[in-house]
Amino acid sequence: MAGRKRDDSITADTFLEGIWRENPVFVMLLGMCPVLAVTNSVLNAITMGLATTFVLISSSALVSMLRNVIPKQVRIATYIVIIATFVTIIDYIIQAISLDLYNALGAFIQLIVVNCIILGRAEAFASKNRPLKSMVSALGMGSGFTIALLCLGSVRELLGNGSLLGIDIFGAQFEPWVVMILPPGGFFVLGGWLLLFNWLRAKKEKSLVKENAVHAS
Amino acid sequence: MHPDSLAFIFLNAAIINNFVLALFLGICPFLGVSGKLQTAVSMGFATTLVMLISSICAYAINSILVVYDMEFLRLISYIAVIASAVQLVEMSMKKFSPTLFRALGIFLPLITTNCAILGLVLFQTAKEYNFIQSVSYSLGAGAGFILALVLMAGLREKLELAEVPSISQGAALSLMLAGILSLAFMGFAGLGTS
Repeated sequence: MAGRKRDDSITADTFLEGIWRENPVFVMLLGMCPVLAVTNSVLNAITMGLATTFVLISSSALVSMLRNVIPKQVRIATYIVIIATFVTIIDYIIQAISLDLYNALGAFIQLIVVNCIILGRAEAFASKNRPLKSMVSALGMGSGFTIALLCLGSVRELLGNGSLLGIDIFGAQFEPWVVMILPPGGFFVLGGWLLLFNWLRAKKEKSLVKENAVHAS
Repeated sequence: MHPDSLAFIFLNAAIINNFVLALFLGICPFLGVSGKLQTAVSMGFATTLVMLISSICAYAINSILVVYDMEFLRLISYIAVIASAVQLVEMSMKKFSPTLFRALGIFLPLITTNCAILGLVLFQTAKEYNFIQSVSYSLGAGAGFILALVLMAGLREKLELAEVPSISQGAALSLMLAGILSLAFMGFAGLGTS
């Protein structure tokens, strides 16, 4: 984003960018570990998405407020300590709200620390922009991440367990595709979504070329 | 094999619960550096070294934190240990093998944010391994990481020559491939108990 003029205005684009055009998972391929690991059910996916969004927003806000104070040489270390603090907070919060959920997600709550999306946003956006704008952008990125997790989680739970959010959808005669909730299913479903998006993009490009040709003639 | 024996811990981390293909840790370098066999091997060994150092340091730190009843500082101190271990490996690699240092480039500092390493130290704490077991666990995890990376790199080198539909090029195809590899590794699940 080096070429773009820097301004402080917050537009709808600041928020929407993270959801679609720069979606952290489907476009930038960041933070893949939790995306694959905790999406075996919709509930896990939502929890993980919300927890990551919380850490993303609060660490972006703090980094952005401190951006003129943090020395340049130690900025990465500082960001990581800030992120780790918020992850510790959310770790204890989830443990307090629902121990079952906490056990289902396992170490992946604590592993939010090393999610590249958060460090990437701190370095690329929050350290250069005002707190409010950084928070809006972080909210967009977090929503994009949550949506991506939901995309995977719903497909995997639907096919692997025949249910959505624990409610039976297909009835008793449905034979679940167990592989979908096992590790290989994560790779397959994410690969499938990427194929779908690549196909849509290729189709759009083709129609654009056609349109241009019509205009030119 | 007894579940507490060193050989079992090693095999468990390397094959049965392979960090990349079964636990989804370290997917970023797995997809990022597995293009060429040579870089994949050196990346694997660098990561294993960092794993070993951080595992030993984390074991020491955890025993201190437990004594003073300050477990809430665990995450922050672990990540600090990992960052320093990466810095150490980076500096020594720069000194002893500048070619390798240049080949790995940006991926070397990124080992800090490799979830396989933080995952390893968190798991070893959760499983309450003693010192020797921790070392065996970290070596097993490293071996598993190298194995996954090398397998993937070999497959992707072959794939360069294959003709695939244009929409499936890049990450989508790599993910499908990883899925099949992961399916193969599930065959080892019968070896272990957990």
